[in-house]
Order: sequence, then structure tokens, then C-alpha cells
Amino acid sequence: MTIGPAKLAELIDAMAVFSDPAERAVLLLGYADQFEEVPPSVANRPFPNSHQVPQCESDAYAWALKRPDGTLKLYFAVENPAGVSAKALAAILDRTLSGLRPEDIERVSPDIVEQIFRQNISMGKGLGLMSMVQAVRALAKQARSTPAQA
Amino acid sequence: MTRIEDRDYAHPDVLVSTNWAADHLGDSTVRLVESNEDTLLYPSGHIPGAVHVDWTADLNDPIRRDYITHGGFEALMSRVGVTPDTTVVFYGDKNNWWACYAFWVFQLHGHLKAKVMDGGRIKWQKEGRPLTREVPSHAATSYHAPVRNDAPHRAFRDEVMTHVMAKGQLVDVRSPEEYTGQRLHMPDYPNEGALRGGHIPGAKSIPWARAIDPDDGAFRPAAELRKIYVEDNKLDPKNETIAYCRIGERSSHTWFALKYLLGFEKVRNYDGSWTEWGNLVNVPIEKP
Repeated sequence: MTIGPAKLAELIDAMAVFSDPAERAVLLLGYADQFEEVPPSVANRPFPNSHQVPQCESDAYAWALKRPDGTLKLYFAVENPAGVSAKALAAILDRTLSGLRPEDIERVSPDIVEQIFRQNISMGKGLGLMSMVQAVRALAKQARSTPAQA
Repeated sequence: MTRIEDRDYAHPDVLVSTNWAADHLGDSTVRLVESNEDTLLYPSGHIPGAVHVDWTADLNDPIRRDYITHGGFEALMSRVGVTPDTTVVFYGDKNNWWACYAFWVFQLHGHLKAKVMDGGRIKWQKEGRPLTREVPSHAATSYHAPVRNDAPHRAFRDEVMTHVMAKGQLVDVRSPEEYTGQRLHMPDYPNEGALRGGHIPGAKSIPWARAIDPDDGAFRPAAELRKIYVEDNKLDPKNETIAYCRIGERSSHTWFALKYLLGFEKVRNYDGSWTEWGNLVNVPIEKP
């Protein structure tokens, strides 16, 4: 299975060094701390259901804006205060996929969730996090046929 | 939600409020224990002074499908700085599923000074109370536990079969879709491998969340619980009762409500639950 674009593959390779769950947790929390919520210029509460990630108990939302150069910028919101894993994944997806073309983002496999979280993934979170990746892929597919935004 | 002491529980002393927990943060006779499904939550911020007890890593035997041994429990208690006289207060995510599960395992090992913080982690957070990432360092203790005694609290498959044949009270706390066999696992959760769907014959379907007030995650008052379990579903508090779910975590929540809040006299948790019963050869299953 293809891991996906280079920056994402590099990040997953770097995380593979951290086999200890506690160390990996610290790393993931570092990403969660870098999470930036979707700005008001893109979306405001109440966020539309059309952008809600299905099956995600962290109540996550995703957006993909197409830039004039044809690349995408990803945005997320995580409404559940306990949604630490969702925030970490959102920050990772933004950091590694924003700036890529839709067709590159479409290639990303939901399997990256297992590779990123390893032992730190909980039973109920796994499907929700994979659903976040699926949502981003769907947005990328949709963006292929939409015009860029200034 | 009304105050715990006004809810007419059979054993109100096993439940404490977030206010009570806040008032005892510096109390050396109290140890707050956070137990979650999401392993990232504790390191992301926890109640000051609280220790982390992870269900998988700390409470389960690493090889057998069983809980930690007598020696393992003593070592855990020593590590988190608990003595037999320490009052352990559990709280966690998912409306205290895992907190109740940990509480239940502690009962197997005879640590009776145990309580659950009503409403769990989310209530504490929503009230804007402090969280910290500082992991506390409690001095190791020398803990001598009594011999583990599962019998009063835990049901095994053969006992469940005997109970079924005697038409005993069973409570299936899973979702209605799992109870009817439409699905083999919780909505949004992976299939953990049950080969058959349905429920144990005679079990009443009472999803665990019915015991919770959805507004703040606190347990409903006794009158409301009695209506759900006793009046509507005809469970007799004097009769032996067995609760089950998928692996025993949701049913430990119901076990807690029945035993301590409603005062059911003989209630046990079948932790083998559907991941065992749904895979057993030639056991009876009801599927409407």
C-alpha cells in the first residue's frame, strides 16, 4: 500500500523510530498542540454537516480550499474537547498534505492512521481517524473539478 | 443534576462529585486514578495529582485473557502510591466506562476503598476545572492485597450457561443493533471477531447509556434508574443478575449502577461477554 506523498512518508518514517508508546504519545501531543482551527474566513460555527467527518466521535470537520496554483490548503475543526488524537492527525495532515495537488492527496491511504498512532490508537478512535483521511480524500476528489479560490 | 446525596442511591458513598474531587486534590489519603479508552488523553492533561491506570497495559494479564494477578495488583498499587487505606477515586473518558471497569477490577482484588467521580473527565473539563501535564510522583508503597476473589463480581461462561438454563436475569447493555444481531460490534468500532450475532437467551436489552443523564454525563437519580431497570424491564433487585456487553467494559458501568446505585444484591459482570459467547460452539443464541 502506498504511504502517500513524500512529506507524509518522511514523517511516518521519522515516527517509526519511536517504538515506546509513551515517547510516541509525547510526539503526538506535540502535533495536537500545533493544531490550528479553521479560520473564520473559511468557516464559522455552526459548521455545516456537509463538512463533518462521518464516524468520528471527536466531532471533526474538514475543508479543502483550492489555491490559484491548483494546490489545496486543508483546514479542520475538532469540537470534542477530548479529541486529542483528531487534533494530532489534523495537524499532521495539514503539515504534510497542504500545498499538494488534489490527485496527490487522493492517493493517501487511511492505513497511515495505524502507522502514525500504533499502540496509541484506541478501539473507538481508529475508525474515526481513518474516516478523517477518507474525508480529506473525498474533498480532494471533489476539488479536482472545482475552480481555484483567490 | 441534583446533588449525589439527594438522588436516593442505595450506596451513595461510592460516587463523588467533581466538587468533592476538587476539594480533595491535596488529600494524601485520596488517590485520583484516570482510566481512559484513549491513551493520549491522560498525557494531554489530567486532574492535578491523578495517576494513570491503563486498562490494557496495567490491568490485563499480558498473555492470558484475564486480569492482573495478585502480585501484579500489589505491584501496581505500589507504583501509584496507594495503600489499602487509600481512597481511590476513578474517573475517565466515555462517561466513565473504563473508570468503572478499573473500579470493578479493583473489587476483584479487594480494594474496597474505591469511588467513581460522577460525570467523569468530560464533566470536569466542561466545568473549566484545571488539568495539568505534570505527571505526579507518589512515593512507592508496600501494598498487601487479599487473595483475589472473582466470585462475587465476575461471571464465567459456564456460570452464565447455568444462569441461562435457570432463566436467570441477564442484561445486555450493548446497542440495540448488536442485541438484535444486525451488527457484530459497536457502531463506529472495529469488528473484534464474534462469529455469530444476537444475544444470550433471555437477556433484556438495556443499553448502558440509559443510566446516564446526557446533559452532563452524571448518573441518573435512583428513581429514574429504578424506572428503567426495575419497572420497565422487570428486573428484581433481589434476584441474581448478570450484565454483559462485548468485552465487559460497558457492562461494568451497568454493574456499577445496579449494584451500588440501585442496591441489586447479587449482580456480576460477564467480561467474556459477546466476544466469547458469540464465538462459542453450540451455545444457545437468540436472534429475532
